[in-house]
Amino acid sequence: MAKKEYSFYPGCSSQAKASGANYLVSTQSMCNKLGITLNEIPDWNCCSASIGYGEGGELPRLALSARNLALSEEHNKGQDVVATCAACWLATRETKERLDGSAQLLAEANEALKEAGLQYQGQAEARHMVEVLIEDIGYEDLQKGVVNPLEGIKFAGYVGCQTNRPFGIDGESFENPLYLDRLVESMGGEAIARYEQKVTCCGGALAFSEPEKSQKQIKDIVESAYDHGADMIVTPCPLCQANVEIYQGEVNKRYGTKFNIPVTYYSQLITVAYGGSAKEAGLNGHVIPPSKLEAAAK
Amino acid sequence: MTEMTAKYRNSFLKEVEERVEEGHWVKMCMQCGVCAGSCPLGPHWAHPPQEIFMMIRAGKREEVLTSDSMWMCTSCYNCVVRCPRKLPITHIMHGLANLAHRLGVAPKNQPTRQFAKMFWDNLGKTGRVNELRLSLSLYFKDGFGQGIKNAMAMKDVGLGLVKAKRLNPMEIVAPHSIKDKSGFQAMLKKAREIEDRRKRLS
Repeated sequence: MAKKEYSFYPGCSSQAKASGANYLVSTQSMCNKLGITLNEIPDWNCCSASIGYGEGGELPRLALSARNLALSEEHNKGQDVVATCAACWLATRETKERLDGSAQLLAEANEALKEAGLQYQGQAEARHMVEVLIEDIGYEDLQKGVVNPLEGIKFAGYVGCQTNRPFGIDGESFENPLYLDRLVESMGGEAIARYEQKVTCCGGALAFSEPEKSQKQIKDIVESAYDHGADMIVTPCPLCQANVEIYQGEVNKRYGTKFNIPVTYYSQLITVAYGGSAKEAGLNGHVIPPSKLEAAAK
Repeated sequence: MTEMTAKYRNSFLKEVEERVEEGHWVKMCMQCGVCAGSCPLGPHWAHPPQEIFMMIRAGKREEVLTSDSMWMCTSCYNCVVRCPRKLPITHIMHGLANLAHRLGVAPKNQPTRQFAKMFWDNLGKTGRVNELRLSLSLYFKDGFGQGIKNAMAMKDVGLGLVKAKRLNPMEIVAPHSIKDKSGFQAMLKKAREIEDRRKRLS
C-alpha cells in the first residue's frame, strides 16, 4: 500500500485523556498498520460542535474552523484535513463550503483571522477518516491486510447523524448507509443488515441538557441492537459512542431495562483485525468492556 | 421584487432574512411537514419548523423568538436531508435561537440555551473544550446544593469515565489548551464585532 499522509484534526473529545481518548489510541494504531501518516494540525482549536450556535454567531463559528484550515494550509501544505470526530468534520467541511461559496463571508473570516496572524486560502479538503478508508484505500485492499478476522462477532453498525447527514459519505443513502456494515464485513465480522436504528440520533448535546427527552433515543438505539442479537455496537462518532455507552445505566433506571452492551469504534475493529493488541485498540477505555473483541485481540 | 409582492413581505420576515443564519430560505418552505415528522424530538416542539416558518411569514415575532422550540434541535440534520425544497432547516433553527438569545428574549431557563452558552464560554477560555469543567458548570448551574445533588446522581457515569481514563480530574487545574490563546481570542472578538455590525446587534 502506498504511503499516505494527512493533516490530522483530532478534536477536543478525541484528544489524550478526553472522553474519546480510546478513539485516538485506536486511530493511531489503525493508521500505523495501514501505512497512514497523520500530521496533527499544530495548535488546532475547538470547532464549537453542534451546540456553539447559541452564543457564537455564524461568523465566530466559521472563524473557528477557518483557523484550523488556515493552520493546516500553513503547516501541512498540500494535505487533506482529516477528522475522526463527526462534528469536527461537519463544522470544518461546512466552513469550507460557506467560505468558498461567499466572497463576503470569506473576506469577513479573513479579517477575523488576521487578528491571529492567519489567512484562509481554501486549498485543503475537509474529510472524515471513514472517507480515507473507503475512498483512498477501498474495502478490498482493507480486507487484504486482515490477519485476525473478527469471526463470529455480531456488530450493530450505528452510523448516527453527522457522518451521514447533511454531507454523508459519497454514494451512500441518508436513510440506509451501508459503509459501516461493509467495513465490519471487510474485517471478517458479521454486520446486522437489518439494524433499523442505524441512523437514529443519540440526542447529541441534548443528552446533557435535556436527558429526560433524549434518553429515549439511546433506548431505541440499544434496544434494537439487542433485538437483532448484536454482541456489540460499532460507530464512527465519538459523541454517539459516549452517549450510547455511558448513559445505559441511566436509561436502565428510567425505563427498567437491563442494558449493558459495549459500544466500539470502527478503528478498534480494524486494529484488532490487523493483529493489534487490546491495548493498541484502546479496548481498556470502555465503561462497558467489549469482551468478545478483547478475547479476539492478539 | 414588484411592489405588489413587496407589500406581503412583512417586517419580521425581512428581519429574519437579514439577521438569521440562512434566513433567506424561510420563504421557500411549502408547509409539507416532513421536517416535523423527521425530528427525533418532534413531540417536544411547541411549534415544529414548518409552523415556525409560517409564523415568521405571518409576522409573529414575539411568539417565534420567545418560543423554546428551536432549542429542541439536536442537530441531527434529518429534516435537512428530507426537505423536498432542501431548506437548511437545522441552520435556520440555530440562527433563530442565536438571534433570540442575543436579543435577550429566549426563554431564560431553557436548559439547552444555558448549556450552549456554557459551551461557548468554555471553549473560548483555552481554545479547546474542557469536558470536566463543562459538566460541572452544567450540574452547578442552579446553585451549589442542587449541583451536589446532580453530581451525586451522575457519579456512576463520572467514575466510570475516570476509571476508563476518559475523564481526567486534572482538567480542573491543568486544562487542555491551545498555545496562541491571545490571537485566538482576538480573532473571535473581531468575528463577533463584524457580525454584530452586519446584523445590527449590540
